[in-house]
Amino acid sequence: MKEISYYPGCSLHGTAREYDDSIRGVLKILDIRLQELEDWTCCGASSAHCTDEELAIELAARNLAIAEKSDHELLVPCVACYSRFKAVEKEVREHSKKVYFPYQGNVPIRYALDFFCDEAILEQVKKKRVKPLSGLKVVCYYGCLTVRPPKVTGIREYENPQHMDRLMKLLGAESIPWSYKTDCCGASLMITRTDIVRKLSDRLLSTAKEAEADCLVTGCPMCQANLDTRQEELEKETGKKYDLPILYFTELMGLALGHPDARKWFRRHVTDPIKILSAKGLM
Amino acid sequence: MMDLNVQVNPKENSFLSEVIQASGEKIQNCFQCQKCSAGCPVAYAMDILPNQMLRHLQYGHREKVLSSKTIWICASCYACSVRCPNNIDVAKIMDTLRNLALRSGAEPGEKDIPTFHSVFLDTIKSKGRIHELSLLIQLKLKTKDFFKDAGLGWKMFRRGKIKLLPSRYRGGKEIQEIFNEFEKGTRR
Repeated sequence: MKEISYYPGCSLHGTAREYDDSIRGVLKILDIRLQELEDWTCCGASSAHCTDEELAIELAARNLAIAEKSDHELLVPCVACYSRFKAVEKEVREHSKKVYFPYQGNVPIRYALDFFCDEAILEQVKKKRVKPLSGLKVVCYYGCLTVRPPKVTGIREYENPQHMDRLMKLLGAESIPWSYKTDCCGASLMITRTDIVRKLSDRLLSTAKEAEADCLVTGCPMCQANLDTRQEELEKETGKKYDLPILYFTELMGLALGHPDARKWFRRHVTDPIKILSAKGLM
Repeated sequence: MMDLNVQVNPKENSFLSEVIQASGEKIQNCFQCQKCSAGCPVAYAMDILPNQMLRHLQYGHREKVLSSKTIWICASCYACSVRCPNNIDVAKIMDTLRNLALRSGAEPGEKDIPTFHSVFLDTIKSKGRIHELSLLIQLKLKTKDFFKDAGLGWKMFRRGKIKLLPSRYRGGKEIQEIFNEFEKGTRR
């Protein structure tokens, strides 16, 4: 049985619980054992690097040092944490940055979407798929930090990434071409400049609706929260009707792999996905 | 129109050389193609556009830059950085400028955003991890905006997305040590 280390990050213990639950569920079906890092702490997220870059490096490095005690890959589902970890890895590896915690830059840091798009995993998914997501039209929303900057992420197709689209097709869904897949949602401005987040969210939601998507798929807790939770207040402001479920890609993986808890994950969403999934005969 | 005939010499411009050194970016190479601003999703809310920001840096306009809204509005999406034909990581420069602005003690151009970051870091310092409810309560005490998003908070609580208590673990003490050293200046 393959084993990997796991850094859930703060969101997955809170507002993104369904992401955490669905990752654990999918990995169980794929026979991969998850070891949550003991005593992990916050990576510093968007606030530390805005305040003090040196502090940001230490906050992230502490967790990487814990991960480096084992020789497993480190699975990171939150793209903000992932981006911080990769930035610190680059500092240590390429600029010989000395950090306080014993971290040498040797942990393979894997963002969850990249990890699940590995050939070996896709092969397993293909074999174990019991409920193809036939008839479900999705737009794949990568957002910013899953692909940018490429010197940190190593993604080649950073203007028009395709890996999530390929994964969705493998699950049996129809992935619709959409020009907004790497546009920003406003990220951590969600609480302070909600007006900006609303404007950017409106553009993403409206264009996804124009593309006739049944749902939008993401792998970022901040994008998910921004797009899922504010649809009702946006509808009042713009007079439009969105009603567009915002799903984590791992939730759709779990559904296609026949995980019994999928309904529980979907119940945590503010914009209900169960309605459309039932109408498509998928639940 | 901005003056395009400025001579950019970091040696004669202490603020420019400070930002070049801290960010590691070759700001003097910007030739004002404006691709950064064209692709910036939040440019409409900025008081200085990203390309103008680089010009101000070349001129050495320290106060103008550090007291701008722009450095706080930037959402760090890196669209500018990947499209710059001169390979200038504009988003990284914004980080450097935010760091410098906070250290300068100048009044920030945006109020709530730096307050959010400081409350966020306080939460990490005291708890080691972000507990969303504690973060929001602290933020509301500082911004005095008690009713904003209250309805949304309740909706999320009902769906089990907001935990009442922080999780228990032991790493918090090490985090406090890091913060203490940074505050004393012994780690810089």
